[in-house]
Amino acid sequence: MTQQFPLYLIIVLPLLGAVLNLLFGRRFGNGFVSLVACSAVAGAALIATMGVFTLASDVPRGMLVDELISGDFMLAGDLKLAAGLMLDPLSSVLVLIVTWIALLIHIYATGYMEHEPDYARFFGYLNLFTGAMLILVLGDSLPITFIGWEGVGLASYLLIGFWYTEDKNATAGRKAFVVNRIGDFGFLLGMCVLYTVIGTFKYSELGNHIIELRAPYFMGWPVAYWAAALLFIGCMGKSAQIPLYVWLPDAMAGPTPVSALIHAATMVTAGVYVVARTHVLFDMQPHAARMLVAGIGATTALFAATIGIVQRDFKKVLAYSTVSQLGFMFVGVGTGAYAAGIFHLLTHAFFKAGLFLGAGSVMHGMGGEGDITKMGGLGKHMPWTRWTFFIYCLAIAGIFPFAGFFSKDAILAGAFATHFQMAEAMPEWAKTAVHVYPYILWGMLALAALCTAFYMWRLYFIVFTGSFRGTAEQEHHVHESPSEMVLPLVILAIGSVVVGFLGVPAVMTHGFPESAEQVLGFFPAWLAKAGILAGDEPHSHAVEWALMALALGLSGAGIGLAAMLYRGGISETAVTLKTKLGGLYQLLWNKYYVDELYHLIFVRPLKVIARVLWRFADATVVDGGLTKLGPAIVGGLGTLTRRLQNGDVQRYIIAVVAGAAAILFVATYWLPLRGVQGTVSVDKRKVSLALGGGKVVPGRLVYRIDWDGDGKWDETSRFTSLVHEYGGPGDYTIKIEAQDPQWGVADSNTLHAKVE
Amino acid sequence: MSMILPILTFLPLLGALLCLLVPREEAGLHRGIGLVTSLVTFAASLLLLPDFEPAKMSYVVRWPWAPSLGIEFHLGIDGISLWLVMLTTFLLPVVFLSTFTAITDKVREFVVCALVLQTGMLGAFLALDLFLFYVMWEVMLVPMYFIIGIWGGDRRLYASIKFVIYTMVGSLLMLIAILFLYIKGHEATGVWSFDYDNLRKLVLTAAEQKWCFAAFALAFCIKVPLFPLHTWLPDAHVEAPTAGSVILASVLLKFGPYGLIRFAMPMFPQALLDWAPLLSLLAVIGIVYGSLVAYAQTDIKKLIAYSSVAHMGFVVLGLMMLNSRGVNGALYQCLAHGISTGALFLSVGVIYERRHTRRMEEFGGLWQRMPVFAAFLLIFTMASIGLPGLSGFVGEFLIIIGTFSANKAGTGMPQVFEHATLLAALAATGVVFGAVYMLSLFQRVMLGPLTNPLNRKLRDLSGREIWMLLPMLVMAFWLGICPKTFLKDIDPAVTATLSQIREKFAAGPSEGKPYMLGGDKAKAAPGKADPAAGKAEPAKGNPPAAAGGQP
Repeated sequence: MTQQFPLYLIIVLPLLGAVLNLLFGRRFGNGFVSLVACSAVAGAALIATMGVFTLASDVPRGMLVDELISGDFMLAGDLKLAAGLMLDPLSSVLVLIVTWIALLIHIYATGYMEHEPDYARFFGYLNLFTGAMLILVLGDSLPITFIGWEGVGLASYLLIGFWYTEDKNATAGRKAFVVNRIGDFGFLLGMCVLYTVIGTFKYSELGNHIIELRAPYFMGWPVAYWAAALLFIGCMGKSAQIPLYVWLPDAMAGPTPVSALIHAATMVTAGVYVVARTHVLFDMQPHAARMLVAGIGATTALFAATIGIVQRDFKKVLAYSTVSQLGFMFVGVGTGAYAAGIFHLLTHAFFKAGLFLGAGSVMHGMGGEGDITKMGGLGKHMPWTRWTFFIYCLAIAGIFPFAGFFSKDAILAGAFATHFQMAEAMPEWAKTAVHVYPYILWGMLALAALCTAFYMWRLYFIVFTGSFRGTAEQEHHVHESPSEMVLPLVILAIGSVVVGFLGVPAVMTHGFPESAEQVLGFFPAWLAKAGILAGDEPHSHAVEWALMALALGLSGAGIGLAAMLYRGGISETAVTLKTKLGGLYQLLWNKYYVDELYHLIFVRPLKVIARVLWRFADATVVDGGLTKLGPAIVGGLGTLTRRLQNGDVQRYIIAVVAGAAAILFVATYWLPLRGVQGTVSVDKRKVSLALGGGKVVPGRLVYRIDWDGDGKWDETSRFTSLVHEYGGPGDYTIKIEAQDPQWGVADSNTLHAKVE
Repeated sequence: MSMILPILTFLPLLGALLCLLVPREEAGLHRGIGLVTSLVTFAASLLLLPDFEPAKMSYVVRWPWAPSLGIEFHLGIDGISLWLVMLTTFLLPVVFLSTFTAITDKVREFVVCALVLQTGMLGAFLALDLFLFYVMWEVMLVPMYFIIGIWGGDRRLYASIKFVIYTMVGSLLMLIAILFLYIKGHEATGVWSFDYDNLRKLVLTAAEQKWCFAAFALAFCIKVPLFPLHTWLPDAHVEAPTAGSVILASVLLKFGPYGLIRFAMPMFPQALLDWAPLLSLLAVIGIVYGSLVAYAQTDIKKLIAYSSVAHMGFVVLGLMMLNSRGVNGALYQCLAHGISTGALFLSVGVIYERRHTRRMEEFGGLWQRMPVFAAFLLIFTMASIGLPGLSGFVGEFLIIIGTFSANKAGTGMPQVFEHATLLAALAATGVVFGAVYMLSLFQRVMLGPLTNPLNRKLRDLSGREIWMLLPMLVMAFWLGICPKTFLKDIDPAVTATLSQIREKFAAGPSEGKPYMLGGDKAKAAPGKADPAAGKAEPAKGNPPAAAGGQP
């Protein structure tokens, strides 16, 4: 079921373009740079398309495989890792999005970046990004995906900080990289768990290890939970979910085509892709991992959408919108509606890339101005930008029949209809919570959808309708963008209308001819071939229609509200509303103060700890300790010996006297032991023994006596006079021994006694 | 070909002797001799690569040196030392290129020092006789002392003496352990020998192993340097001239892990298991601690020095895990650290030569003036962070996986790491911190506005500087993209070494007299001698009792 295909070319072409442009681009001029960059991506797009057609026609249920570097990429004992690539229905969706949208944005950027002196560097980075992103989606195992994952992180870092002379941009790039690395920490450990337990990283082999994955691993939770949760930390970083979303709004410091390509259409969706790719782990029952994913997704979707309502920077609004839409996708994959999540990834790529490019077109015309309160009435100056933007806004708001309607509907329906499997031993209240959970998710998403419609149309009305609020100079300068920028806008607008029809819900196509049904339901069917399922459906058609109508109604309400407040300019009502809602407005305007909070609890303490460790722990304790300990020992010994030989005759005399005293002491107390003495006096059968000499301190020595000389001690005593009565006459040998317990020395002697 | 190793070892010494024949004033000629000698040595080392047999000692030479004392001139190379030797020969030409304008005073002395140092380093990597190893180890010390002490910065005397004292403390204890082994070897076989092949098989009691391992490991851990023995390193790095920092970071530190895996670990496996939990804990502390302290630095060289503490912590952690992933990763990380950190020190040298300061706040926005340099520094920074596709990733990845899976079945060793996953998780925070301090360094030096007027007129890299950094760049990519080139040699040698460790561990410690593994065990096995002694005792005790009955 696998077939060889030169997939490596899809990756190598953009990377080659990057190398050429970064090394020689400056020398050969902008024409050469655009040619190399665009044709590299175009080539990749064509080969990718050929690959997908081959996949569809030749191996409909399998995949195309290849290797980026032949043979083992890494080997260490039993760990062998090949740089394998694979193209299956799931990766085919991503590969097509990445290559074709990257091509459009490359073309757009040739116009947008026209006056940029560092043109070659920009396109070099953009090509590098495309190549890395393709490694990410084509990798057949987690480490290969991780290589691409880090590569896109690098490209993102470089492009956010592209205008590096401003510290703000450089800091934003660094923030993006570091926050993503926090996610990578989880990703790495997730890979470790999988390797340790099942010994493979390959996506296609995950399904073969269900039993091992189900085994308890740590704290009683199964392997799959740990692996899924840890990998998901990585996804939170890359796809800007709570709590790691903070880098994405700042990432808008990069050039706008970058925001469109990397921070909207492709890179930030990588997390959703990885969850779908490793769905075996997330599907493990009970569905704790999926509930986590869906919960984080729904919270992020609503949270970011509320922030988007009040922002005034054109790209900031779009950034929070992206965070929110990524939340939608995670709810899709988290509720098991994988196809819906990936479908939203596809439609979102079109309309969000379009929105960003539209924003870029507006800012290009406004001479770099990004504050929407300084715009207004731009519709008449930039008709192409305006009407394409109009279509994107309809699409993201989810108005029938634009693309966003179908994908968002699929996610909402999936969330509403899903049933999370629960553990049997759960308490009753927890079971109820799990039952209610899908409806809560649905409610949060519906609310988020309302906010989405409102903030997008607020943006549209403020920017394109009413009268101009900027300076006269700006008004004079405003112009429609060149054709290389307008063309991608139009293509993306067409896409935002058309792609939705690839995933029309079955309830709508009911009764259509079979061929039409196949086309309209193409997307979920295509993904199903790779085992990526569409999730649960509402149990009745009536419910499904009602949900659709409700979602449409909420979107309509959002648009209506926006029109009421902002159509033809910012209305009085909007201004009074802002002052009335002072506290809430401030909270949203300051993005819930999350950046400030993170600064307070993570950034500052880290700096303080680092300084304390350096100044105190390292300089004083470790270095101070070790460098003083050695000299202290050597110095101490030196001082001691020096004192002994200081030439002071008095001290020498004292030493001599003290030595003599010590010798005398030894002579008087230790020597008496040498040659223990005894006096025997016999009275008939009674023998008295008087031991020792006069200088022995009473009680200090311990004596042992063997009265009959048989080798066994008969008596132990501290007394110096002893009496023994013999049973009969004879010539007895008496052995005596004196022991000094304090010094551990002993001496013995032998005496004789004649008894009649 | 059989003479390749001695030729390799003494080629640099030959160059040094040649230098002594040339008049002192001919600075250019001395530089030329240094560069050509190191290039010829590198070319000679390339001859090792084709058809290399990594799993056993190759190109062995074994000449008597002091036969009466059992000292031999015994050299050999396997997959563990191969790429460390290549790293040494590869780096020296780069180092000489870096000194062309940086060292203008006492050029002859410098070239002689560097070449003697290279002989010492190559000799120590190749030595298979413990006495020879010790001699070469000390030979390295002296020229490095001079390089720091003569061509160093303001506090060079303090730094060089600190460097020497730290190293000497470790190496003297190691010498004592070597002599102890020498005596015990004689006790076991009746032959006086310092030969590593023999002493490797010598089995000591558990307590003896413990002390010997401690002595060896202390010497090597100071070299690594392992927390908390690391404080000589920042001082030495900051004060050393660029060339000294590069050699120190890229090669000299590698003797720590090399000594552990070559000598301390295979010779004393029982003790290894006693010490491994402590050493791996210190390694992890070193990773986190080194990263945090690096983040607080304002001196560029000090930052890189502390980052070395963190990176080398990874190396020790990998070694202590005793599985093929961890040990391969550790040896790979040695190479990667040699390239990326060496390149970072070379890069610092580039801006130090122009501005004579290493304080970060003096810089900022250099990218505008030095775009080519910025590209190089960016790539080296990313290599140090461990970005896939560049040198740092493979080693860290293997070490983290190896640590996490330390208790995975199949290592054949007792599982001494109860909390291996925790160690792996803590080590993995190094991945995050690495990005924090390195990117902060890059931003403070290269990005932002060019505010300092002194930086307005900086030149970009000269042709010589590009030729100096380019090989490092190529190797950074090579290590990242084709790890197989290196692992195909390292892996079989690691597998062989690990099985030696397992085998010796399985034999257990000696319970009395030392004996040789695989030799005549019955002769020395204490198990058989003891029961005999036990029987003899009561036999001795009876006659007096019998005698006592007679009277």
